[in-house]
Parts: sequence; C-alpha cells; structure tokens
Amino acid sequence: MILLINTDLLVIGGGPAGMTAALKAAKKGAEVIIVERYHELGGQLIKQTHRFFGSKNEQAGTRGIDIAQGLTKEIQNMSEIKVLTEATAQGYYEDKIVTVSYQNKFRKIRAKRIIIATGASEKMMLFLNNDLPGVYGAGAIQTLMNLYGILPGKKVIMVGSGNIGLIVSYQLLQAGVEVKAVIEADSEIGGYLVHASKIRRIGVPIYTGYSVKSAIGESFVKGAEIIKLDRNWQMIAGTERFIKADTICLAVGLRPLVSLLIQADCAMAYVPELGGDVPIRDENLKTTNDQIFVAGDAAGIEEATAAMLEGEIAGLKAATEIGYLSKDAITESRRLKKELRKLRNGPISRNIRKGLSKVRGDDNVKKNRYSHLR
Amino acid sequence: MVILMNEDKIVCRCEDITLKELRDMIADGYTRLDEIKRALRLGMGPCQGDICLEIAAREICRMTDKKMEDIKMPSKRPPVAGIKMSELVGDNQNEK
Ligand SMILES: Cc1cc2nc3c(=O)[nH]c(=O)nc-3n(C[C@H](O)[C@H](O)[C@H](O)COP(=O)(O)OP(=O)(O)OC[C@H]3O[C@@H](n4cnc5c(N)ncnc54)[C@H](O)[C@@H]3O)c2cc1C
Ligand code: FES
Repeated sequence: MILLINTDLLVIGGGPAGMTAALKAAKKGAEVIIVERYHELGGQLIKQTHRFFGSKNEQAGTRGIDIAQGLTKEIQNMSEIKVLTEATAQGYYEDKIVTVSYQNKFRKIRAKRIIIATGASEKMMLFLNNDLPGVYGAGAIQTLMNLYGILPGKKVIMVGSGNIGLIVSYQLLQAGVEVKAVIEADSEIGGYLVHASKIRRIGVPIYTGYSVKSAIGESFVKGAEIIKLDRNWQMIAGTERFIKADTICLAVGLRPLVSLLIQADCAMAYVPELGGDVPIRDENLKTTNDQIFVAGDAAGIEEATAAMLEGEIAGLKAATEIGYLSKDAITESRRLKKELRKLRNGPISRNIRKGLSKVRGDDNVKKNRYSHLR
Repeated sequence: MVILMNEDKIVCRCEDITLKELRDMIADGYTRLDEIKRALRLGMGPCQGDICLEIAAREICRMTDKKMEDIKMPSKRPPVAGIKMSELVGDNQNEK
C-alpha cells in the first residue's frame, strides 16, 4: 500500500526559496511539508562559504552557509512544518497528487497548494574529450571542496567568468589549488568586477574571447587546448594554445529545473535571459495551474536574495488561498514585492528585467515549446 | 593515442551519444526531438535529458535554420529521478 499524506501546503525543494516559502505560510497558520532530496536543507547555500552580495534586508554580507543554518533552525522550531529530507518529488499526476520517494518507500502527497522551488541544474559544454575524468561542473567542485573537504585537483582551468566561475575560482585559491586560467567566450567578463579583480590580483589570467577546443589526456585530464573565438563565437584556426592542468571546471550557466511544472501542465515560455524554459506566472508567482506556485531559480536563474523574497511572496499568497487570512497580508505582500522590485532595479539586473517581461501575459504563451503536449 | 574527430564530442553523457550520431540523424531528416529520442535514446538516461536536450535542440536549430522557441520539447513524465523496484512494490520485511 502506498501511503497518502494530506497537508495544506507542499513545498518541493528546501533551498532558500523553499525555506522562506514554508516559513511564511506556516507563520500564517498553514500546515506545511517540505520535501528535499538532499540530506539537509539549504540548497545551493550550504556550499557558499563567501559573504553574499545582494540587499541588506536579505542578509547581504552574511555567508551563504550561515543564512541556510539560520533558516533551518527557524524551521525546526515551527511545529507547523514537517521536513522530509532525502525525499525526491518524482511526479505530478492529474488527480493533483505528488509522488515522493522517501526512506525507500513511495509516498503520495495531496496538498491544497504546492510551491515548486527545485532550483537549477548546470549546463554542459561541447568540446572534445568532455567526458574525460577531471572535467567537472562547478557545483560538483563546490560539493567536494566545501562540503566534504576534498580537493578536486592541483591545477584547475575554470571555464566561465560569471559570478559562479569567479567565486569558485576564489574558493579554489583559498583552498590552495592553483587556478591556471579563467576562460570566457564572451568579449567581457560576465560576473561582478569586485570578484574578478580579487582573483586577478592573485595573478590568475582571465582570457576573454576564448573557448575550450578540447580536453587533453588519455585516461584523465592533463590539460586543455584553448582557442580564440571571432565575434560570432567561431573558433579561429591557428590560435590554439595549451594549458597544463589536471582539472577543468565548467561554470557555463544554469538551467531552471522545471520537469514537475511541465508535468503539472503549467504554461511555459522559453526565456534565455532566465536560463531556459520557465513557467508563465503572475506577480504572486502563481503559475497557470491554480494549485501551483513557483519560486527561486526554478522560476528563472537569479540570486538567493531574490529567491528568498519570491518564496515569501508565494508562501504568503498560498496561505491566504488555503484560508489562513490575516489582516496585514495585503500590506505585507505589497512590501515584499516592492523590495523585490528594488533589488532588480540596478543596471546589473537589466537582463533579468527583460526576461521577466516575457513571463507575464498571454502573448508570450505562444513561445511554449511544450504546448504540443496538451 | 586515439585521435578524436571534431564530431566525436559527447552530447548525451548518460547514454554516450556523440555529436556525429546526432548530426547524422538530423541530416537523415529526423528533426524532431521526440523522434531523435526514440531512435538514439538521447535524453533517456538518468538525468532524463536535463543535460543534453537543450544542446540537441540548439543543433537542430543550427542545421535546419529554426529558432529555439520553435523546437518542440519531448514530454516529461514521472518519475523525475531513478527509483528502486522495492520502493514501488514495497519490501515485505518492513512493510505491514
Ligand atoms: C558559486 C555560487 C555562488 C553564489 N553566490 C551568491 C551570492 O553571493 N548572493 C546571492 O544572492 N546568490 C548567490 N548564488 C545564487 C544562489 O545560490 C541561488 O540563486 C539560490 O540558491 C537559489 O535558491 P533556490 O531555493 O531557488 O534553489 P536551490 O538553492 O538550488 O535549492 C533547490 C533545492 O531543491 C532540491 N530539489 C530539486 N529537485 C527536487 C525534487 N524533485 N525533490 C526534492 N527536492 C528537490 C535541491 O536538492 C535543492 O536543495 C550563488 C550560486 C552559486 C552556485
Ligand atoms: S545527458 Fe542525455 S539523458 Fe542525461
């Protein structure tokens, strides 16, 4: 017999978005279940040993891991929230039930509302020998190094100069690993200049307008051949150069994890600015499926600060819809939305704003690459 | 040492499918991802295409002059991740 559990709110994913969503709804009185596939809560935050960028209110200047621990403790003190770790949400079915594998058993959860906060997965890159041992994603390197204290190698080539590539380079340097170079296909560095200048000061060269042509080595990485790109990102023959290294770290972007949203028949839009396919939603993060909200990186690749605000907005709205009414809910929601707008106001968020303008309104639904499935 | 051609790059890690195999398929007229998925198993590995379908979609765009938003994506079905048989049918020793 497969166990069926009933609850007010089901939160899928226990990263910053899921945690703040659960807390907000529980504080309004809702009974909440969080399912998290990892063995602890925190999502990406538990790997972040650096001080966070972002807004003051959303804990900028605090280390990611400390933010995660603070939220986890708060959740543990709320009797309304039940946390299932090592629990993977496996599917959404037409009868509005979610299946979860947990402790070697398959469970069904029926919730009045669901918030999907599954975060993102890393993008891969095509180059020769990209399956050679020693080629890692940045996430795997962070897990090895920051969670288990294992060095991935001695000499690393970082591919990608966005904030993740720059921050992980710095973390590698702090751990005593030599970062041989940062390779960036674009003509400009992708991440914040503060991060870039930090690693440059240590003497790490950043090659813009370059890509990896191939990983070199027979049974493991011994280096990489990098190559210059022209304006159209085409390789320029004869510009190859070899860099010796035992590890190639890929930090070439993230893509929202949206499988469950697609299963739930939420209308999707392909929005490159947000990392790929993302659900159409309103300003409360409600998707086109009335039972389902989205929050955090699953709604579009952004930052933890934005993920936490989105979680709160969705959690608050979900609680209200379930029937936990509070007289300050409207002003509270307005305040959260204002804060989120402020956070996205700067020049750095230009792309995010452009992406977000594509996920509201019906005229964008035609970009749905899954519409043929309906 | 094995000399690899430019097209020997792995597109689908889970199912070990190369760029060459994918391009040959597209050149043969298979321009829909769900057809390619059935023929090659691309996207049918443990990650269920999270890693490779996007790259394959981009390759179809390149070879057939289409836009990313015009590429139809294969359906996503449960389960999201691998599950053990015992989870489904129950383990007699522990289950009442
Ligand atoms: C190197 C690096 C540095 C960063 N630095 C900063 C910074 O300085 N400031 C900042 O604001 N942001 C930073 N970020 C970004 C920030 O970490 C993310 O934007 C944020 O974690 C997104 O939160 P989330 O809750 O949406 O997703 P995540 O943190 O990814 O959490 C999603 C959770 O869902 C779980 N999950 C997924 N699928 C399932 C399923 N089917 N069933 C159950 N559970 C599931 C996952 O295990 C995960 O725990 C950084 C990111 C990286 C990688
Ligand atoms: S990489 Fe193709 S299915 Fe995982």
